[in-house]
Order: sequence, then C-alpha cells, then structure tokens
Amino acid sequence: MDFRPFTISIHVAIFATCVTFLLGLAAANCVYKLKRGKGIIDTIFTLPMILPPTVAGFFLLLTFGRNGFIGRFLYSVFGITVVFSWVGAVIAAIFVSFPLMYRTARGAFEQIDQNVIYAAETLGFSKLKIFWTIKVPMAKAGILAGTVLSFARALGEFGATIMIAGNIPGRTQTMAIAVFSAVSAGNREVAYIWVAILSMMSFVMIMLMNHWGASNKRK
Amino acid sequence: MSLYVDIEKTFPDFKLSVQLEGGDDVVALLGSSGCGKSLTLKCIAGIEKPDKGRIIINDGIVFDSEKGVNLPPQKRCVGYLFQNYALFPTMTVWNNIACVIKKPKSQRHSIVEDIINKFQLESVKNLYPRQISGGQQQRTALARILVSEPRILMLDEPFSALDTHLKWRMEQEIASVLAEFDGTTVFVSHNRDEVYRLSDKIAVMNNGRIETTGTKKDIFDSPKTLAAALMTGCKNISKAEKLDDSHVKAIDWGIVLKTERVVPNNVKHVGVRAHHFRYIPETSNEDNTFPCHIHKIIEEPFEKTFMFSFGAGADVNLRFEISKEVCEKWDSKELRVCVPADKIMCLEG
Repeated sequence: MDFRPFTISIHVAIFATCVTFLLGLAAANCVYKLKRGKGIIDTIFTLPMILPPTVAGFFLLLTFGRNGFIGRFLYSVFGITVVFSWVGAVIAAIFVSFPLMYRTARGAFEQIDQNVIYAAETLGFSKLKIFWTIKVPMAKAGILAGTVLSFARALGEFGATIMIAGNIPGRTQTMAIAVFSAVSAGNREVAYIWVAILSMMSFVMIMLMNHWGASNKRK
Repeated sequence: MSLYVDIEKTFPDFKLSVQLEGGDDVVALLGSSGCGKSLTLKCIAGIEKPDKGRIIINDGIVFDSEKGVNLPPQKRCVGYLFQNYALFPTMTVWNNIACVIKKPKSQRHSIVEDIINKFQLESVKNLYPRQISGGQQQRTALARILVSEPRILMLDEPFSALDTHLKWRMEQEIASVLAEFDGTTVFVSHNRDEVYRLSDKIAVMNNGRIETTGTKKDIFDSPKTLAAALMTGCKNISKAEKLDDSHVKAIDWGIVLKTERVVPNNVKHVGVRAHHFRYIPETSNEDNTFPCHIHKIIEEPFEKTFMFSFGAGADVNLRFEISKEVCEKWDSKELRVCVPADKIMCLEG
C-alpha cells in the first residue's frame, strides 16, 4: 500500500497550521478592538469557513493560477507554480483553516480585561511586548483550541485542495483525497484504512481540545 | 513636580470639560459614578484622546491639540492604579513586578526584593493574582506602579473593591505611600470620607465638568454648588430664595432662615448637614428655632437618625443625626430644632 498520502497530509497540515497560526492571530488582534468596519471585515475573514469548498477552490484557482494576480507574481518572481503542486495544497489548507484560528483567537482576545492592557501600556510595555507577554498568554486556551481545530481542518481538507492541487499520487494526494480515489477505484480495503486513520486522528484532536478547554475553566 | 490639565472631549450624549492643577500634593476628584472621573484619568494617561486642550506633566507637554502633540501612554510615565488593579493574571506576584523594570537583570532582583519586603508580599511572591487576597492584589499593583518610577500617580476608586475591615488598613498604607511620593497624585472617589482623609485639594466633578475646586476644608465647610454639597454628604437640601443679605427662604421646608454668611444673589438651594441641627429643649429666643414634627426614628449602630419636618403640614423629611447618648432623653413627638446660622450653606446652582 502507498503510504505517501499520510506524509503529504501531515506535511501540508503542519505547514498550513504554522501559517494560519500567525495569520489568524494577527487578524484576530487587529479585528477584535476595531470600532468601525468590524462587521464587514469579520464576515470576509469568516467566509472561507462557510463557502462550499469547490467555490473556495475556484477562487483560489482564479487568484493563484498562472493568470491570477498572485499566481503570476509568484511564477515570475520565484518561479513557483501553485496549481497542481504541493504549495497549492498548502494554500488550500491555509484558506479553509484560517477562519477557525481567527475566530477562536478573536473570541479569546475579546475575553481579556481591557484594563490589563491599559495597565501594561501605562507601565511602558510596547505593543509587541503586550501582544506576546500579556495577550497571548491570557488567550492561551483559546489559541491552543484554535490551533488544534485549524490543524484538524487542514488535515481533512478535500474540496478546495482537489480543485487547486489536483490528485497527483505522491505529490498532492492527501489522505482525504486518497479515500476518494480508493472508493472511486473500488479499492475498499485502502479506503477503510485511510478512513480509520483520519477518524482516529480527528477524535484524538477533539479530545485534546476539550481537555485544554476544561483545564482552562478550572483556573 | 506638577500636573496641568485643561481638556475637552465631546460624545454624542456627554461632554467632558476638565481644568485641573496639582502640585506636590494629593488632588481628589470627587463625583458620583458616570460623571467622567475615570475618563479624565484615561485622558491623562493617554488611553483616551481628548478633542482639544493641553496636558502637562512635570513641565513636559504630553498632549497639546494645537501643537499636535499626543504622547502614547508608554511615554507618559503615569502610574495608574485601576479599580480592579489590572494585574497580569498569567504572571506571579514576583513577575508582575519584575516585568516592569527596565534596568538590567542584575539590578532587577534586588529592586523587586526590596519592594516586596516593603509591601509585605514575601509570603505570596510566587502565587498568582487570583490566589491572593484583595489587599495583597492592591499592594502588588502599587508595588508594580512604584517600580515603574512614575512622575504622577492616579488612583481610580482604590478602595471600592475591598471589604470594610481591609479598606481601613489599605487606606493607611496608601496614605503612607502617597506621603513618600513626590509628584502629583490624582485620587478618584465618590466617597467623601476617603477623600477627606487622603487628599489636600478637592475638585468636585458633576456631569463631565469640574464644578468647584478648593482645599478640602473649604469644600466641606462651604460647598458652593448643589453637586458639591451632595458629594460632601449634605443630606438636607431645599430650594431657596434670597430675601435679603442675611435671610433666605427655604421653600421646601417652609421656613425663613437667618444666615451668618452673606446670602449670594444667585442662591438656588440651601443645605444643612444632618449633624449640624441642634435640639432645643424648651422655648428659647434663639434664632432659627422651629417646632418640628418627628416622622420616624431610625436606629444606627451608634447614633439615631430623626426624620422630621418643620411644622406638621410639610411632607419633606429632613434628617437629623445625633449620637445615642445625647438623645436618650427625648421621647416626645414634638421637639424644637435650631438651625445654627453659621452652618447654613447657600448653594448656587
């Protein structure tokens, strides 16, 4: 049996989660204290979660394809082709997992007592120091939960991935896509294995998340 | 060592307009909740931006709308003690204090050690804020502010979150901190007793405006405005009308009072503190002595409050507070009360 989908999935999910982690935190930190325009920006950032994955994939194709405005730039400057490549799978995973990271982190930031932030400011803390030494530790539980959710989402991504990265065994075929391939090829045994692995991983991740959530409440 | 504030900030339904000056003393902002006290502190600290005006701390301009100066809170060196202390919940008491010090690590240890000893936090230095008492939290917050070497101190309702028995102790501790601190302290409170004990100067705030400013003795002896009288705890207030320079008519009470101080032309209210009334046992010719009707007697731990009106007809209740020992002998429904002419406060507005 070909176990490459496992390594590809893990690599894609880890890489995507790293990017999503930073992007999501930055976006959450910018949006949560906005007074004007919060609603519209929040909607845009949440949209990838609600959009049908094929629609998300189509948007990504438009943007990151050879003729898309980012795709053209990436190809001409770095020689990177996004479509039908590992990078495409990562971008699809980032796109769909971003709202989960952003929303959980934003929720956690919103819980922070604003006076604590003000106090840090009057005590001379820079914005960056406040973010890393005050806000992130205070929102730790939410951020952890968001990271696990994003990782799980990135790991299970199917629709957008197949639109932009395709289904190339050994290169862009992730576990979720391998299930699809195996079923369409009538290869039930292989499908069972991937389904079992994916289900177990999802189960463990939700367990972990709940555990962290509960230990945070005890504080 | 001084503070100068002259700012304005307009909201759709509220206008803040504050003029305030402080030297090396404690200035109290006395006002009811929602009158703009905390907002004033936030403007001084740089958390809120006034629409226009100037703020000068120790000869340094930190805000000037005309010159376009608006220093961020980080550069204002203002020690701000928040009502809920705003300790960093993810850090121990030690770290809460240590993380503020900008000096090299080698000096940091001894500075923290010293201040922790001074504030008696030795036994809790490795605990988190949620694990220690309210008093200890407040001491930690104060210690944290002092090691940041502020130029001015601002205390926002420091005792409102403490139990009564702790309140008294923390007040004394804060009083000694303030005595040592050279620089202006702005102390915000709605409690007249705290304000009287801790401050030198009082600014009475009402509806976003500073109504009167003066030494604490001035403000308590002769509050000029209705808000000042109410905030300093005057419980008996009546609408008033000037008759001549030494006579004022208390409309709600249905009496004419002779005053020692000259009645100002724009007098609108007259006030008498609940413990300034005097009981007159028999008929006497003293000024301002009226028969009164007692409606209710309320017993407090160490004193009694008589709810009464001048003449049986008036339904306005006045309050007369007197220690239990003094009033033990009175039991008649009718008694005579004297309003001492030197204790009558004529209020403008």
